[in-house]
Amino acid sequence: MATKILEKAKSFYDTYERNPSADKKMPHYCPGCGHGNVHKMIAEALDDFGVADKSILISPVGCSVFAYYYFDVGNIQAAHGRAPAVATGIKRAHPDSVVISYQGDGDLAAIGTAEILHAANRGENLTVFFVNNAIYGMTGGQMAPTTLVGQKTTTTPLGRQPGNEGFPIKVAELISQLEAPVYVERVSLVDNKLRAKARIAIRKAIKNQVDNLGFSLVEILSPCPSGWKLDPVDSLKWIEENMHKNFPIGVFRDLTKEVEPYKIEKVNPNSDEIINLLDISGENDLSLKSTETSDKYKNPEIKIAGFGGQGILLMGAALAQAGMFADYHVSWLPSYGPEMRGGTANCHVNVRSKEVGSPMVSLPTVLIGMNRPSLEKFENDVVPGGIIIYDSSLIDIKPKRTDIEVLAIPATKMADDIGNTRIANMLVMGAYIGYTNLLPKEAIYESLKTAIKRKRFIEINEKAVDAGYEFGKSHRK
Amino acid sequence: MTIKTLTEPTINIEPELCKGCGLCIEACPPDVIKFHEKFNSKGYHYAYYIGENCTGCGVCFYACPEPEAIAVYKKGAEVAEEVIDG
Repeated sequence: MATKILEKAKSFYDTYERNPSADKKMPHYCPGCGHGNVHKMIAEALDDFGVADKSILISPVGCSVFAYYYFDVGNIQAAHGRAPAVATGIKRAHPDSVVISYQGDGDLAAIGTAEILHAANRGENLTVFFVNNAIYGMTGGQMAPTTLVGQKTTTTPLGRQPGNEGFPIKVAELISQLEAPVYVERVSLVDNKLRAKARIAIRKAIKNQVDNLGFSLVEILSPCPSGWKLDPVDSLKWIEENMHKNFPIGVFRDLTKEVEPYKIEKVNPNSDEIINLLDISGENDLSLKSTETSDKYKNPEIKIAGFGGQGILLMGAALAQAGMFADYHVSWLPSYGPEMRGGTANCHVNVRSKEVGSPMVSLPTVLIGMNRPSLEKFENDVVPGGIIIYDSSLIDIKPKRTDIEVLAIPATKMADDIGNTRIANMLVMGAYIGYTNLLPKEAIYESLKTAIKRKRFIEINEKAVDAGYEFGKSHRK
Repeated sequence: MTIKTLTEPTINIEPELCKGCGLCIEACPPDVIKFHEKFNSKGYHYAYYIGENCTGCGVCFYACPEPEAIAVYKKGAEVAEEVIDG
């Protein structure tokens, strides 16, 4: 049905209230900017397919960062280049929505190259509009990945030279090499005929998603008169004379007629299923009696530090878990190097009677040092009146501070005597609990059940906790 | 509000929403859009329809980057009178 009236699409807001400028009727784009044409074509398609109310547009970084001023749809503005990743998450969470990733060349083809490739490679049922104007427009006309060889920009004043800046990236060609994409076309806005083709391609890319056919990308060669320092009409000629040679227009991939509709259904497990999946069904029916601990030991902010492989993170996790069993608010924040063993590892643990604000512990009230570098590094961070607990069988120095309490436990030696040096962490944790009486010992036992994956090791860990606990208790001040 | 059925196609250009890029003028097949000698409050010489020989083809609508600057009314369109005369 040929419509008798062409006017502003309903998928645009009537007035652009989000635009802080005084003029709420005129978009922020420069005169002759191609974004406006693409916006109109998208909005018209959303109107015609009746999907505006279930559409979610992802605005990029670039001139179109404010697309959410204009489109009366769901809007999310993504970090630079991340629109396809954000779109993926939204589409997975809302499979019935129509998710459009709208991106420019600086966004999609530079900082966002990884995101677009992998979203395309996964065949996400998304629509991507890639507005290619061969330049960073918003930031003042710098070279973009799609800048043509020889093209002068503010960062290539002599023209782009492949030996120095590489060649323009051909996104439509690149994406069309992947298995998953269903539809990839490059279009151009230079004349009436090509604009009509662009309009059809944009509609098709949206329709494909509505029909659950898969990933569609339309690259649109679009004018940037301001960035190119040309008037709008000459900008179109410039596209035709220069961009078309390097970026040939046409369909690069079209499996629209071949593929079967496919929809990833949202998996929505209920809380019982989640508990089963995570194997955390053990209810806390411990009815643990709270322990009497001195005020100065309450609400500890704990830093545990040592070598990777000493069980530093495990100790922290078990401690936090035990705190949870005893009805405290807890947090556990691991921080470690890339090595599995060796290197440094530390973690931050809060065990508090009120909600934990930040899980970061920069100035600990309790420092558990499992090697010498940790003790040296963090000793001065401990708040006055705090506690330092350290493994004196590994650390041959003593803390210099006199305004704190110090508990030295020969943990590795004691662990060795029990039969496994790797349980030194549990000895130290036991010693901390025994020394402060912060938690009931049963809470630690209970946390070992979840923290230790191999059941046969639980017993020896419990022994270590016991030994440490008694040590700590006997050294109470 | 009187509704009028158009016997001739026409277009309406909002002077205040035109940025004077000239793309519609370049695109118009019957060459019936011109720059106005006046400029709007933004300082743009806005485009205007010379008042006759529009074919209602709609290419100016798609050439124009502005969402609301141009509206095209084809022959037989039913339009409020003031929209056309305004």
